[in-house]
Amino acid sequence: MFVPTAAETLDPAHAAARTREPAIVVDHLQKTFRLPHRRYSTLKERVLHPFSSSTYDELHAVHDATFSVAQGEFFGIVGRNGSGKSSLLKCLAGIYNADSGSVAIAGRISPFIELGVGFNPELTARDNAMVNAIMLGLSRKQARERFDSIIEFAELEEFMDLPLKNYSSGMVVRLAFAVTVQVDAEVLLIDEVLAVGDAAFQAKCFDQFHRLKAEGKTIVFVTHDMSAIQRFCDRAMLVERGKIMSIDSPSVIARAYNELNFGQILSEGAGPRMIPDVAEIKEAWFEDADGKRVTALEHGARMAMAMEVRFHQAAEDPWFSLHVRNPARHVVFSTGSTLHLTTTGAFTAGETVVVRVELENWFSPGEYTMTPTIAASGGTDVLDVREDLATLDVHGRPLGGVVDIPHTFEVHRS
Amino acid sequence: MSVSTPHVVQRPSVIGSDFKRFFALAWTLAVTDWKLRFYGSALGYAWTLARPFLFFGVIYFVFTEIVGLNKDVPNYGIVILFSLVLFNFFGEATGGCVSCLVVRESLLRKVRFPRLVIPTSVILVALFNLGMTLIAVVIFGAFSGVYPKWSWFELIPIIVAFTMFAAGVGLLLSALFVRFRDVEPIWDVFTQMLFYASPLLYVASNVPEKYLDLYMLNPIATLLTATRHVAVDPNAPEPWDLVSSPELLLIPAALVVGLLVLGAWVFSREAPKIAENL
Repeated sequence: MFVPTAAETLDPAHAAARTREPAIVVDHLQKTFRLPHRRYSTLKERVLHPFSSSTYDELHAVHDATFSVAQGEFFGIVGRNGSGKSSLLKCLAGIYNADSGSVAIAGRISPFIELGVGFNPELTARDNAMVNAIMLGLSRKQARERFDSIIEFAELEEFMDLPLKNYSSGMVVRLAFAVTVQVDAEVLLIDEVLAVGDAAFQAKCFDQFHRLKAEGKTIVFVTHDMSAIQRFCDRAMLVERGKIMSIDSPSVIARAYNELNFGQILSEGAGPRMIPDVAEIKEAWFEDADGKRVTALEHGARMAMAMEVRFHQAAEDPWFSLHVRNPARHVVFSTGSTLHLTTTGAFTAGETVVVRVELENWFSPGEYTMTPTIAASGGTDVLDVREDLATLDVHGRPLGGVVDIPHTFEVHRS
Repeated sequence: MSVSTPHVVQRPSVIGSDFKRFFALAWTLAVTDWKLRFYGSALGYAWTLARPFLFFGVIYFVFTEIVGLNKDVPNYGIVILFSLVLFNFFGEATGGCVSCLVVRESLLRKVRFPRLVIPTSVILVALFNLGMTLIAVVIFGAFSGVYPKWSWFELIPIIVAFTMFAAGVGLLLSALFVRFRDVEPIWDVFTQMLFYASPLLYVASNVPEKYLDLYMLNPIATLLTATRHVAVDPNAPEPWDLVSSPELLLIPAALVVGLLVLGAWVFSREAPKIAENL
């Protein structure tokens, strides 16, 4: 698959995570659900069909999972819908009873796997926060003591006596997150967080994650958000059909996940069709003004991005395109051959070409990834896609927007 | 952190190891339910007392002034109120237990906590209600000449026995309901049958003697007969005065204890699988 870059393998955080004491040890964990072909839930049906209920499908939600998570590690679990990642989390939390194998946890584990569980829309924020905190494992006294900091963190002081049904969904998540970070557990399990909330609150959540990390808490979190995985996790795990596909550094897993997702969708016929073995993207990179390959650049300088493509079969007028995404996964810049050229020409089997785009670096400071694609002429059939193949760190003065366009600023007095 | 090697093996639990947490959870869920019950009504908590008052007013009037049943039973209206309050407690606790696990589905599937917390909270709510309605009964009693007396302390073991009976039946039904949804209508009918098979609209001494031995096997009949004796009328028969031999009362006692054991056993067997069977 992918070879981790030098930066990943040398990162001391990852090395440390592997040498620390384990916090979670999962050994040959197995969880199978029996899905009867008909569900008999009334007595009459039982009586009328006493034997037919013996036919069922077995669904291996967790299949022979063995892995361990070190103390103080941030461990991400990714996988497509129905891949068994939530079932795995429920086995870790002790909500589901595993069929065989074992889960051993060192220290106190948070009993939650989801934010805001048990919130009742009729109750006020105050009552909900108290109930939630107690469910989380705080005593009534602790919950009362921490109530102010919960409400303060959630920035809901003015609304705390309002029933939750009058809240926006973002406010509910803020409250839920504020309660959750008050937990005393040493091991936290979190399913799908940070999907909502405005930018300012998300930044606060990220700060809290860093705080938890600094306090040496172990966090296992399940998400679809690859940027969050890359931002916080020390390691990540890819799950597919109940099986662990791989455990690796977050960027490797994020790419594998994107590939799995994209490849799967294409082969299922939804969206563009994937035509394999015509062309292959070998590499993609960013360059500075001198044409040197870089992973970090100063804002405002000339730069280039490029991909190297090798053709395995002859191709007539393939379309090349490059997309740049920011950490929030928004495409901030996208360009393609069709915008500039009437045709890219004909290529023969075995030929290697480099596609280069020169531009001025107007991106705001932050981390960017580049996804190169090649499509067959007409654009409907994809020849190759490599999600987030190259990354770029842009330095410079921090700005609020996604781009920092050269501009002037004046104040006129009339 | 002081923790060393992983040692806690994760499995769903029935009771859990931390009693304080168990009680805090059950109490919190019960208080929340209680708050929600009268949520949005203008009188709010006042309804917890106002409702039994209105209800009792009707019953008291109908049974003492109109129906004229049991003219020979002293303070018959108050006997009815005591019996009704205790029976309603039993009905509310067991009826609430039936669907409690299914209603709390989202909690059960997403939080690890001792499974027994949920039926416990249902029974706690029923006990709160019993307490409130008993206050109304006491006030009614005072108006009709039944004053609090020392023998009322004997109501405590009676309420304990009712709670045990309700808990046993409730645990059994709640665990069964996860698999068989027919439990709910069956129990509805059964509660109605119990209502008429218990001395609520009549007193046990009205029951023809040839049926009495059988009649008193019903733990509710035994307990309500004892209630009448200790709470209202010291001259009313004790349960053992009504049966041919006092040993027969061991059967309803065994029923209460036996159902509690059976309910707890079935519940603890089903509890680890509840989250996935819901």
